[in-house]
Amino acid sequence: MLIILDKVNYVYSEGSGFEKKALDDVSLTIDKGEFIGLIGHTGSGKSTLTQHLNGLLRATSGSIYYDGQDIYDKGFVMKNLRSKVGLVFQYPEHQLFESDVFTDVCFGPKNLGLDKKEVELRAFQALEMVGFPKELFYNSPFELSGGQKRRAAIAGVLAMKPEVLILDEPTAGLDPKGRDEILDQIKKLHDETNITVILVSHSMEDVAKYVGRLIVLDHGKVMYDDTPKKVFRNYKELEGMGLAAPQLTYILNDLKEKGLDVYTDAITMEEAAVTVKKALGGY
Amino acid sequence: MLRDITIGQYYPSNSAIHKLDPRVKLFWTLIYIISLFLGQHILIYAIAGLFLFACIRMSKVPVKFILRGLKAVFMLLLFSVIFNIFLTDGEVIFQVWKIKITKEGIYIATAMAVRLVFLIMGSSLMTLTTTPNDLTDGLEKSLGFLKVIRIPVHEISMMMSIALRFIPILIDETDKIMKAQQARGADFETGGIVKKAKAMVPLLVPLFISAIRRAYDLATAMEAKCYRGGEGRTKMKPLKYRKADAVAYAVIFAYLGVMIAVKICFV
Repeated sequence: MLIILDKVNYVYSEGSGFEKKALDDVSLTIDKGEFIGLIGHTGSGKSTLTQHLNGLLRATSGSIYYDGQDIYDKGFVMKNLRSKVGLVFQYPEHQLFESDVFTDVCFGPKNLGLDKKEVELRAFQALEMVGFPKELFYNSPFELSGGQKRRAAIAGVLAMKPEVLILDEPTAGLDPKGRDEILDQIKKLHDETNITVILVSHSMEDVAKYVGRLIVLDHGKVMYDDTPKKVFRNYKELEGMGLAAPQLTYILNDLKEKGLDVYTDAITMEEAAVTVKKALGGY
Repeated sequence: MLRDITIGQYYPSNSAIHKLDPRVKLFWTLIYIISLFLGQHILIYAIAGLFLFACIRMSKVPVKFILRGLKAVFMLLLFSVIFNIFLTDGEVIFQVWKIKITKEGIYIATAMAVRLVFLIMGSSLMTLTTTPNDLTDGLEKSLGFLKVIRIPVHEISMMMSIALRFIPILIDETDKIMKAQQARGADFETGGIVKKAKAMVPLLVPLFISAIRRAYDLATAMEAKCYRGGEGRTKMKPLKYRKADAVAYAVIFAYLGVMIAVKICFV
């Protein structure tokens, strides 16, 4: 078990007029190499939870362990944790600041105190990993398209070679093509390097295809924590949380209700096509 | 760290003070500050303190919240007290080498501290009970007479309300960028002054860019909604005095009257 959260609570602006409980008794374990989707409506506590995982926010109560160590221990060095748990924020392109993309990606590894050669090697590898075109390496980050900016920003975190990569809505504001490209790239990265990935999103369709485990948050509580198939069986409850299961789930369930014997847990279009054909073939 | 800034912060509640017309509260603040400078008699401070305390109780804002505003001026307060204690001439009560404490020094230092604390608490009370929008509306209306001498009151108050409106947004943004850079290993806390200043670059560049972007967006949005300055512009919720406001004015004048009477009789 790589990360363990034990009864973590977090209260925003404690003692002011705007007190708000953002995490409510969250207990989770995350294993090495998992590909997890973290889903919830806006304000459900997704972003708050991810910021706890690398120590940017401190739990009001409860404990978090990384690799067997309590991260709130006195001797624990947060900086090490932050290099192991890479967090890509929402709209990460807003943190670019250097005059060219390559130097910006170097910022992370440079902060780790590595020598220049290693820093540049890592930056180069990271940009390769996200499929950033070589001819744009020395362009200003502000001249790039939205998708390229986002790649550059993700590379900035990857260059630190984290063991866990958390992406907070990495596809927000991108067109469908850019979205698929980024997600495919992340999937590829996960398959090739066995890095642990946590993908935060509010869109089931986005994550269903990629993740092996789905955690659903609502009002700071973990509502479901299971494989996507099993989570989507509760599609009616999900709607109550302001979420929606993938359209496929709805269609298959409707078909089943109408008497067609389909396998309603199908997630990909291919699976659905097979089960529908099979059911129809029985006629 | 950034959450400590309470200037321009609003504390939501439904008290009688919250519901007062912003012009009344502006006037209240002005009169209150003037009254603090009427004299140094203990009775003047006692009445001012009592009045302030009564207002705070009525506003239902926790005292803790108002005291938080003092944090920002703590150093100023400390300096003025220290300088007054040690640098005032008069009857010496304690002396080590050249450093001496005089009776007058203590007296003036205390008076100064009390005055400053009341002043800040009084004005925090106003900002805590008035939304920034109400506040600028109130200012625009109260200072409307300046239009005669061609001071663009509306434009200034619009700028003010936009600026106030952007404080929390920019604080949030700073917080976000800071965290994002910390996630990339940036260190804002340790190191000498040069290192700290250098560490600010990854924070300030994105912050300025985002502030400029937001300003452009806002300007476009305002133009799209046909904003063209204050000329002939009407309000959706024009300020209107109610009965409570008249009572408040009466209370303020009574307070001022009492203070002046005290000053004449005792000082």
